[in-house]
Amino acid sequence: MNFMLDAISWFLLASGCFLCITGGLGLFRFPDFFTRMHAASITDSLGSGLIIVGLAFQTPGDWLVVAKLGFILVFIFFTSPTASHALAKAALHAGQKPWQKQT
Amino acid sequence: MRHILFLTAGLAFLWLANSGHYSGLILSLGALSIAFVVFVTIKMKVVDAESQPVRISYRIPLYWLWLSKQIILSNISVVKKIWFSPSSIDPAVARIKTSQTSDLGRVIYANSITLTPGTVTLDVTEDEVEVHVLCRESLSLLQNGVMDQQVKRLES
Repeated sequence: MNFMLDAISWFLLASGCFLCITGGLGLFRFPDFFTRMHAASITDSLGSGLIIVGLAFQTPGDWLVVAKLGFILVFIFFTSPTASHALAKAALHAGQKPWQKQT
Repeated sequence: MRHILFLTAGLAFLWLANSGHYSGLILSLGALSIAFVVFVTIKMKVVDAESQPVRISYRIPLYWLWLSKQIILSNISVVKKIWFSPSSIDPAVARIKTSQTSDLGRVIYANSITLTPGTVTLDVTEDEVEVHVLCRESLSLLQNGVMDQQVKRLES
């Protein structure tokens, strides 16, 4: 049972780390501010989400810690899109033109 | 009254889940602070259907499940683009009709769009949202209005 929990936990933590790295790589590979933002939102959404759920599996029976991790998850999911939206809107108002594919 | 009860219950849950110390003194201090916060919010007149959406709170877990599925699916597609074909992206900006009637619905809808990778909300108006998408295909998915309908169902 404990081994199963550990295996699930490490699987989630490893995939979360992979997604965070992917988000970072996307920042380098994509051409402009708005497309890079899409890459960053991978780290925001599933990257942090998987890491937090993976951490929750590390605390068998300690419901207080699980509850706190749950709060962190909910707050990230509420605040990160708001922050992204504010950034995108500010960039647009500052005159950033979204990059278009040349045809 | 219903909203005040809902707020009190929410605060009590938050306090109990965060504290971990359940002696008489600490519990009564917690009750005091909750009472004070409720008192202040009533004085500020911010306890209403918008800040305490009782009806939505019952239905939001199901919506979160549905949204998680969308997030996972769009994550996979963006991850594939980053690793294998960064040059295949085709960004576009478009205005999309929304059927949301309340401010809360618009906020949930816009935030859900931003939360799924590959789509970001740039602007929200009365009946439209302006979105930036990484790929034109995801635009047609949004125009189908599936997510719009899901958010709409939250409030019905």
